[in-house]
Amino acid sequence: MVDAPLSKATEGAGGLTGMWRIKRPEVDSSRCTKCHLCWLFCPEGVVRRGSKGEVWVVYEFCKGCGICAEVCTPRAISMVREV
Amino acid sequence: MGNEGFKAFTLKSLTDEEYYLPGNAACPGCAAVMALRIGLKVLGPRTIVVVPACCMSVVQGYYPKTPSKVPIFNTAFAASAATGAGIRAALDIKGIRDVNVVCWAGDGGTADIGIQSLSGAAERGDDLIYVCYDNEAYMNTGTQRSGSTPEGARTTTTITGKSEWKKDVPGIMMAHRIPYVATACTSYPIDFANKLRRAVSMKGTSYIHLLSPCPPGWRYPAEKTVEVGKLAVETGAWILYEWFEGRCRLTGPSIGLAERSKRRPLEQYLEIQGRFSNADPSKIAEMRRRIDEEWERILGLCHD
Amino acid sequence: MFATGNHAVAYGVKAARAEVIAAYPITPQTQIIEKLSEFIERGEMGAKFLRVESEHSAMAACIGASACGARAFTATSSQGLLYMSEMVFWAGLGSFPVVMAVVTRTLAPPWSIWNEHTDILSQRDAGWITIMCGSVQEAYDTAIQAFRIAEDRRVRQPVMFGLDAFSLSHTSERLNLIGQEGADAYLPAPEGHWRVVDVQEPATFGNLVGPERMMEIRYSVKRRVDDSAGVIEEAASEFSRISGRAQTGLVEEYRTSDAEVILVVVGASSGDAKDAADLLRDEGIRAGVARLRVIRPFPAERIGAALGGCRNVAVVDIDYSFGYGGIIGHEVASVTGVRPFNYIAGIGGRDLGVRDFAGIARDALRRGEAGDERREIWWGMKDSKPSL
Repeated sequence: MVDAPLSKATEGAGGLTGMWRIKRPEVDSSRCTKCHLCWLFCPEGVVRRGSKGEVWVVYEFCKGCGICAEVCTPRAISMVREV
Repeated sequence: MGNEGFKAFTLKSLTDEEYYLPGNAACPGCAAVMALRIGLKVLGPRTIVVVPACCMSVVQGYYPKTPSKVPIFNTAFAASAATGAGIRAALDIKGIRDVNVVCWAGDGGTADIGIQSLSGAAERGDDLIYVCYDNEAYMNTGTQRSGSTPEGARTTTTITGKSEWKKDVPGIMMAHRIPYVATACTSYPIDFANKLRRAVSMKGTSYIHLLSPCPPGWRYPAEKTVEVGKLAVETGAWILYEWFEGRCRLTGPSIGLAERSKRRPLEQYLEIQGRFSNADPSKIAEMRRRIDEEWERILGLCHD
Repeated sequence: MFATGNHAVAYGVKAARAEVIAAYPITPQTQIIEKLSEFIERGEMGAKFLRVESEHSAMAACIGASACGARAFTATSSQGLLYMSEMVFWAGLGSFPVVMAVVTRTLAPPWSIWNEHTDILSQRDAGWITIMCGSVQEAYDTAIQAFRIAEDRRVRQPVMFGLDAFSLSHTSERLNLIGQEGADAYLPAPEGHWRVVDVQEPATFGNLVGPERMMEIRYSVKRRVDDSAGVIEEAASEFSRISGRAQTGLVEEYRTSDAEVILVVVGASSGDAKDAADLLRDEGIRAGVARLRVIRPFPAERIGAALGGCRNVAVVDIDYSFGYGGIIGHEVASVTGVRPFNYIAGIGGRDLGVRDFAGIARDALRRGEAGDERREIWWGMKDSKPSL
């Protein structure tokens, strides 16, 4: 394409946003019912869901907003202080 | 038209592909980026997004990086609908028919400075999808009041609470007689996804007004974003509906809330947000009255 | 055929096969867009016409279209141009090769529909190649050349070209068309190499740029606007070849080589200035005319060379910059050895004809010989004596 200031898609366009957080979400897979509400509501898209329905968090960019823990019906996610 | 061939989204059926990548510059708990992430899963890669000056401009981070895997064209504050119209005209003349042109604008760029170009595009019936993510103030510049700020809300330019009521942009868009007008809320992403899908299926101008709670602007802790949006709907303060083929249809939880007694007390929505801390009982009574008025109006449009 | 300046522009834009036209009516531009609407609705032109609701939206739509690689055109004047100004800068700084016709008109308040150049000159910092037309023929020729210049890979910047209100926009003169074959050979179909929106190669245009990168981006615009001077001349000479008529590049010189007084003019009144020069020559005064066809990039070298050894230069400005002076007068002064006399004339459509130009030339000569220090003269004012 043309030689113009065009930005390309990349993770971390706002920086290493994982450094922003004070708390991190910890998933207790024994309580997880694989409802995927955490996946649906994560604003960042750092909650991922796998082929067997299991969920995990990509911590590099997780901002620690705590929404996943809030929406988790079986209370399988807890926000743990990091700082 | 209507429901022919319209397969509704479910949580399971939304793609796992991420089109708005993590590590963007949005505030933690931002509802707007939450909705854009889901929205792009619905719209897919053959989508061009037009973003005027608003939070979503800055959320893209710094050149040469962007979170978006679909093309984004950043434009001036007042100009998103007109820019989108120009993009659509170019696609048409080049014979490209299968690309979505979507304006993703804040309430400022929609209700205030952007209303002229939006009205123009709607009057011409330009083939675009216009999503206003409404965080109810000029949040990008630090929470100054907009035409879309609700009565009683404190902002940096309405320190004791806004005295004017919220501009009814969905109503304005209905008055333009465009094919599709809908309200949505970021706390109901599947409802939003289905409305977006319907907008995609319609030619002409589609308008979706998406209530978008904002932790720093509305003054609540970031993790409550989904709850705040839910309370907006469950108290009746925000009505979820679609308007097409001449009538309104309530959607989601709003379906059961036509009856006033079914709604949660308005105070539950107001008390969780610091921006309404100045709202005294008389103000709250006035708000309740306006909400009832709005319900009457929408229910009136729901006739068969 | 005979045509007005406005219609000539429409014929040119049609020959250039503009793809997206977004425009809002304003006197005295309306006939441009009306004629284009006619061409499109009669099926003679395959463009999309967006009947936008304001000039700001007109330019926004042109930018959106250009961003997708389409050939976009608009036209406006005075208030419309100022209303559009934010987006004019967007197009220039963003390097979108949009083409725009500006029928130069006096700015308000109070209202005036007659000529002034301050409107088009107010946008001179926006990164647009800016051309002022001298005749109906040139309006047509320039319309076609504008797209070629804008889309040239060495330029990739928008081009605006001006027409004087009424004296050019609404005046009929002889017009020769080059025919669609000639136009297509001169200006091939838009390949859209300038596009920044492409679902096949997705990118984000225009997000935040930090202090560490902005100057280089601007420098790139600067370089391409500077380089456009050569491209403008190439475009003119190539057009001359296919049309069989002489074309002006950056500056038109008329009887300037031995002139003792040179009138520097912009736009259609140059015709009268040349007639005045002939009149004076018949009386033994060696008068000449230098017409600045291109305002941006400012043709410093060319105008400097044209004014060369001439000791009496009279720059006529149909514009004004308050607190400074005539815009063209000051720009010319910056590149010539001798300070010119700057005549402010014709604003608001005040008559500026052959007698005035002859009077101005004589006046400049007189002042020059008298060693007059006063350099700015408002010509044709009510309290002054009649010219000539």
